[in-house]
Amino acid sequence: MADRFTIGRRTLLGGAAGAAAFGLAGAANAQKPLVVGFIYVGPRDDYGYNQAHAEAAAILKKMAGVKVVEEEKVPETVAVEKSMESMINLDGATLMFPTSFGYFDPHMLKEAAKFPKVEFRHCGGLWTEGKHPKNTGSYFGYIDEAQYLSGIVAGSVSKSGKLGFVAAKPIPQVLRNINAFTLGAQSVNPKVTTQAIFTGDWSLPVKEAEATNSMVAQGVDVVTCHVDSPKVVIETAERAGIYTCGYHTNQAKLAPKGYLTGAEWNWEKIYVDMVEGMKKGQAPGNFVRGGLKEGYVRTSAYGPAVPAAVREKADAAKAAIVSGSLPIYKGALKDNKGNVVIPAGTSYVITEPKLESMNYLVEGVLGATS
Amino acid sequence: MSQALERIVVPILALLASAVLFGLLLAIYAQVDPLEAFALMYQGAFGSWFSWQNTLTRAAPLILTALCTALPARLGLVIIGNEGALVAGGVAAAAAGVAVASAPPLVVQVTMALAAMAVGGAWIALAGGLRQWRGVNETISSLLLTYIAIALMNHFVEGPLRDPSSLNKPSTFPIGDANMLGTIPGTDVHWGLVYGIVACLAIYVFQRFTTWGFAMEVIGGNPKTARMMGLDVGRYVLLACAAGGAAAGLAGMVEVAAVHGRANASLAVGYGYSGILVAFLARHHPLAIVPVAILLGGIGASGGLLQRRLDLPDAAVVVLQGIIFVAILASETFYGRLWKPKAAA
Repeated sequence: MADRFTIGRRTLLGGAAGAAAFGLAGAANAQKPLVVGFIYVGPRDDYGYNQAHAEAAAILKKMAGVKVVEEEKVPETVAVEKSMESMINLDGATLMFPTSFGYFDPHMLKEAAKFPKVEFRHCGGLWTEGKHPKNTGSYFGYIDEAQYLSGIVAGSVSKSGKLGFVAAKPIPQVLRNINAFTLGAQSVNPKVTTQAIFTGDWSLPVKEAEATNSMVAQGVDVVTCHVDSPKVVIETAERAGIYTCGYHTNQAKLAPKGYLTGAEWNWEKIYVDMVEGMKKGQAPGNFVRGGLKEGYVRTSAYGPAVPAAVREKADAAKAAIVSGSLPIYKGALKDNKGNVVIPAGTSYVITEPKLESMNYLVEGVLGATS
Repeated sequence: MSQALERIVVPILALLASAVLFGLLLAIYAQVDPLEAFALMYQGAFGSWFSWQNTLTRAAPLILTALCTALPARLGLVIIGNEGALVAGGVAAAAAGVAVASAPPLVVQVTMALAAMAVGGAWIALAGGLRQWRGVNETISSLLLTYIAIALMNHFVEGPLRDPSSLNKPSTFPIGDANMLGTIPGTDVHWGLVYGIVACLAIYVFQRFTTWGFAMEVIGGNPKTARMMGLDVGRYVLLACAAGGAAAGLAGMVEVAAVHGRANASLAVGYGYSGILVAFLARHHPLAIVPVAILLGGIGASGGLLQRRLDLPDAAVVVLQGIIFVAILASETFYGRLWKPKAAA
């Protein structure tokens, strides 16, 4: 219970600064603005999943005729339904972005039925034609493409050939990232292994630090992660003097020495497109997906520890992924129990539906999905 | 007379003191006009029919989880494992609901409620039993049992009970739309609110008008005296813990049957911990639990508006809750001092 009562000084100061700015900006409103509601499951300044969305929302705030309303730390329960209703009823929001995966079913679907004139777009990619209402939709990015590039850099820079991956839960979205990262590393050094550790939940800072430290003790020299906030993993690794690859957003500030690169979301691309469309009277797309090519995901700028030759290698791979000539998942691919998961001669494009239910770790990953 | 008055006046003074403190914090630290903030909070919590429904929806689970602390407190026990009982009850309810999903909805719902109450009750009775027969501190054991309950929930939801189609958010199979509890007619508020209020009334009657209720008060006053009088203390400890756990378990069933339609990690969002706060603020009185839960539900409901209109962080309302909690605990020392018997006479 203790952590329910703590308050980050940065959070409060940030709030104060924001409040001051709000007072200055909220003066003139000649035309009725488009009100866009954002809901985050964690704090807006988490250096991770929620910050990636909040940074994009901040860009929308600067657009003329757009008003953004935000709520943070809204749990995936009836609270998010009430937050959406409150934004619609009290603030006049007509476009909702509930950004956490668990907001979709039943919460967002329930509200969409209740408010048929409001457009709901959910981050996670669950929308299905014919099954879900037209005023709902989903958007998502193929961030495993960016993870593959992180893997190339990590595999090239690692001296021990041992990489580490701190992950929340063994769900398809996470497994894709671990596997893509490992395959990228193996593309430059086939002997590379990735130690995967699952903490069990999206935000468990103590376990994340323990996992990172245990990897350091095992000789891992590049670590990355898939948890809501990579802050703890990146800072712990930097203190231990090993390299890091970021996730969700840019964490270079947290690890000026060891930060190599990272897989980042680029939500502003999607949000700006949708909002501009709405202002012209077009409903946003119902099923919006893309990767590096569409600009929905990107990589962090290389850190000082990445040599020029490695940068060239990763840039070449990025160009090949964008042009479609480099499939990440191709046969023959074995999982780490020896079963063939993609037969020889087969290669999957990134949109392949089979990848959406991935339930294995590829050969070279140390760890188990259950 | 003066005593009854104190019971009303002291908590109100404590709430006013909290409001002043919180207002100062807003004005000095966050540089927000406190009056504007309080006006917004009122608007968000009680300012309209929509706001009232928002508040009541948030209050509903807190009433039931508060009983998990309040009932054993009558015997002098401090149980804080509410979250664990809720989670265990929720998983049991989902498992039972899926098992009998094809039966008529009423049968499904009653089965779910019974399963949740049985498992939730057993969960807290475990802490009570450890206390009674093994001398284990019930506060610590009930807290640790919560961690076990959440770990078990994750195991069941990601393993034996998992619906394979729940890819990125592991969940049990859904209980089916027909079996959902629905809302109180004419409102947006689910039936959990009614369950909570009925439970509080029933427990008040039980504590006030039955010999068992009286026996519990005697034990809470002095367990040694109670034993000398021939009361079976262990039986009452188990009973109170089981009843409290059953209430929290029922809250878990409501989450499954009225909100999510299945069990998953969203069961553990802190209703149990907030319930501890409600119980202490209500001084473990079953009738006081309802208004206190509504007050806290209202604070929660208004948090969003503070974030959106004043750009305050979510932590603002958590800070207010913390201030209220400390103020109420500190105010206990004023009982019997506001009105000296002589002055009253």
